[in-house]
Amino acid sequence: MLKYTLQRILLMFFTLFIITLMCFVLVRMLPPVELPIEDPHTVVIAQRREAMGYNKPYLVQFGIFLKDVFTKFDWGISDVLYFGQPVADIFLEKLPATCIVNFYSIILSIPIGILFGIVAALKKNTWIDHTISTLTMVVISVPSFVYAFLIQYFLSFKLGWFPFLMKAGTDWFSPEMFVSMLPAVMSLSFGVIAGFTRTTRAELTEVLTSEFMLLARTKGLTRAQATVRHAFKNCMVVVVPAIFGEFIGIMGGSIIIEKIFSVPGVGNLYINSINGRDYAMFMMLTVFYTVIGLVASIIVDISYGFIDPRIRMGSKK
Amino acid sequence: MEENYERIPQEKFEFVQTDERIHDKKFDTKARGYLADAFIRFKKNKSSVVAAIIILCLIIFAIVAPIISPYNINDKDKIFINYPPFIEEVANANIGIYDGGVTYDSQNETQLLLFRAIAEESGRNPLLSILETYEKETVKRGQVVKVMSYKVRVNRYYTLGIKYMTLSYEAFEEIQKYQNETGIQVIYPYVEAKDIEGISDNPNIWYKVSDNKGTPKLDKDGNFIRAYSTSASKAGAEYNSIRIEGDDGSYIYSIAKSGAVQCRIDYYNYYKYVTGHAPMFIFGTNSIGQDLFCAIGIGARFSLVFAILVSAINLTIGAVYGAVQGYYGGAVDLILDRIADILYEVPFIVVSTLFQLHLAPKVGVVPSFLFAFVLTGWIGMAALTRKQFYRFKGQEYILAAKTLGARDSRIMFKHIFPNALGTIITSCVLVIPGVIGSETTLTYLGIVNLSEFAGTSIGTLMSQGQAAMTTSPHAMFYPALFVSLLLITFNLFGNGLRDAFNPSTRGVED
Repeated sequence: MLKYTLQRILLMFFTLFIITLMCFVLVRMLPPVELPIEDPHTVVIAQRREAMGYNKPYLVQFGIFLKDVFTKFDWGISDVLYFGQPVADIFLEKLPATCIVNFYSIILSIPIGILFGIVAALKKNTWIDHTISTLTMVVISVPSFVYAFLIQYFLSFKLGWFPFLMKAGTDWFSPEMFVSMLPAVMSLSFGVIAGFTRTTRAELTEVLTSEFMLLARTKGLTRAQATVRHAFKNCMVVVVPAIFGEFIGIMGGSIIIEKIFSVPGVGNLYINSINGRDYAMFMMLTVFYTVIGLVASIIVDISYGFIDPRIRMGSKK
Repeated sequence: MEENYERIPQEKFEFVQTDERIHDKKFDTKARGYLADAFIRFKKNKSSVVAAIIILCLIIFAIVAPIISPYNINDKDKIFINYPPFIEEVANANIGIYDGGVTYDSQNETQLLLFRAIAEESGRNPLLSILETYEKETVKRGQVVKVMSYKVRVNRYYTLGIKYMTLSYEAFEEIQKYQNETGIQVIYPYVEAKDIEGISDNPNIWYKVSDNKGTPKLDKDGNFIRAYSTSASKAGAEYNSIRIEGDDGSYIYSIAKSGAVQCRIDYYNYYKYVTGHAPMFIFGTNSIGQDLFCAIGIGARFSLVFAILVSAINLTIGAVYGAVQGYYGGAVDLILDRIADILYEVPFIVVSTLFQLHLAPKVGVVPSFLFAFVLTGWIGMAALTRKQFYRFKGQEYILAAKTLGARDSRIMFKHIFPNALGTIITSCVLVIPGVIGSETTLTYLGIVNLSEFAGTSIGTLMSQGQAAMTTSPHAMFYPALFVSLLLITFNLFGNGLRDAFNPSTRGVED
């Protein structure tokens, strides 16, 4: 298990390195943004660019980039969006909003999703199951910005329950802030709920029809006992890693929902950096999203082994 | 009895039969092929069949809508922006749909009278219904005054009414000719600002008013009092066409304005004059004045063709890659798998952004977008093919083929691949909604802009609709409905197909 974990982590760093290198070279190959001539920051930024090796070979530039990141956590300077400010500072400033919105959405959706999944599996092939399964199917298919539109139009505009956009400011835990976050939280939750419902239902259905369940009933357990003691445990082997993965994934958040509800978060920043051609920002966020994806998948894989002794493998796949 | 089987004399043998050759008995039932079998199982799944029918309808819509729409994607109306759905014939039937209806809140008495005036002048009543009436008492100059306000539903196309327009003498002449031919009145008598308390920004006022807010002066029967100009000295061009009822020939229909004429034209009829037909926006218009009915069709055409293209390319690449991986295994498999792993971890949005920045200026937006999809899209397909190859490559018939000297490529694509085809094709169907979803998301975010190539895309339409969501929800609603329906049905259809092609579910439902 330890060997497997180490292997995975090493592989992760290798992957991250390759992706970063590729993106870095591709980004640096683009012509740097023209700086406004009169602005006093221009001189500073031009000097910074010189220090970052803009005129040297790409691999040397990459070396400088890595050195700055590892020694000073310096990801460069924003040259379009936040003129002259360090990218890392702005990123850290934006992170809480994303995390909080997504955290609420996960807290809301995981219990609901698992509950629906369990109900659907226990009532398999009844109308309850059919309704839940069909809804899950529909919800998974529809893109999240369609919910965002429906929520924004009906709940915020027609009924006036929520503000239209998320409140500005940094009072993350005030009641007004919570209310203003709710539309974004709900839009995000739909997909997560449906995902968990589907996973739980599929897993639990399979477990419930397996032979050890029959054995459990034969040795005298009631249906409820057998379900709680044997079926749930086995079904959680798949569900719990998914929860872990989801928790890491919250940092990534949803770019599109952040844009619609103007959540001052990382996703919004990312879109702005792409549309505004702020390459330093783009580079940092790309690395960030890649790391999120890699860590989430590794956590899922490893947690399988920790939860289920049967999968505790030294072998691959 | 002792038997010696080893030495049976030859004469003891006799033929069972000599006249005919032995055959297996023929089956009485009809043979059923793999496809026919899958089709029968697919038909049992009602929701998938419905989904397939809806997909067909949506595809037909995508093909037909831009053809039957009187507009094309480059028609960008400057006036009808974010206007709701409207078809004249249906609107006249008064059944509450396609009537260009929008709800206006807190409209006062003056506004309602203005609607009445428009109805009287143009003959088209903009007021559809009064939904609610509020009464409020306010104190004005020491007196308690009752103020009425209304929530009304009006036809946005009809509320437009009259517009001021400056025309050249020739154009003015042309319109008169059109009026004489068709009997549709476009030009209405001119009203001078001095006659209506100096109001110069509301061409719909043709009646005497008592203040510059446009409160009408009514006669004792409650009718409007006309304020049309009769000062012939100011008249612009000669007018020899339809005159409004009650005009004794003294009203002027235009005034001279530095080498041209300014007149009041009925925009709705002017539109008929310019385009030859009444406005007909089945889904309304969007924020740049395109007909949504046509635009959704155009966007859908692109999405569908693009998605099919992407899944076909990914299928090919993935199949070859997975086949090589699965067939050779070992070190080849390991190396190719690592490459796939690394590519798989690159966030899609990063790929598409970088491709847009690098490739789009060189090869165009669409090819670079296509590359972005292809770069990571084939990995799922490759994994699938690889799994199938691992399953089949150890079987005896492969050994037999090898023994007979078949080349690797022949074994891979002639002997193993057809076995995996069903699974691969079905997952290909499930790739299509994924591609459409990503494409819509990226165009919605504005990272990729397909407007120049395709005219528009569903994502672009939605982001345009999002901007004016509160006033004209239809502009968001129709594209959203279309894409949701498309994705839901494709997923249902794909799932049904997967179950149908999966032999392990065979006979389970029976």
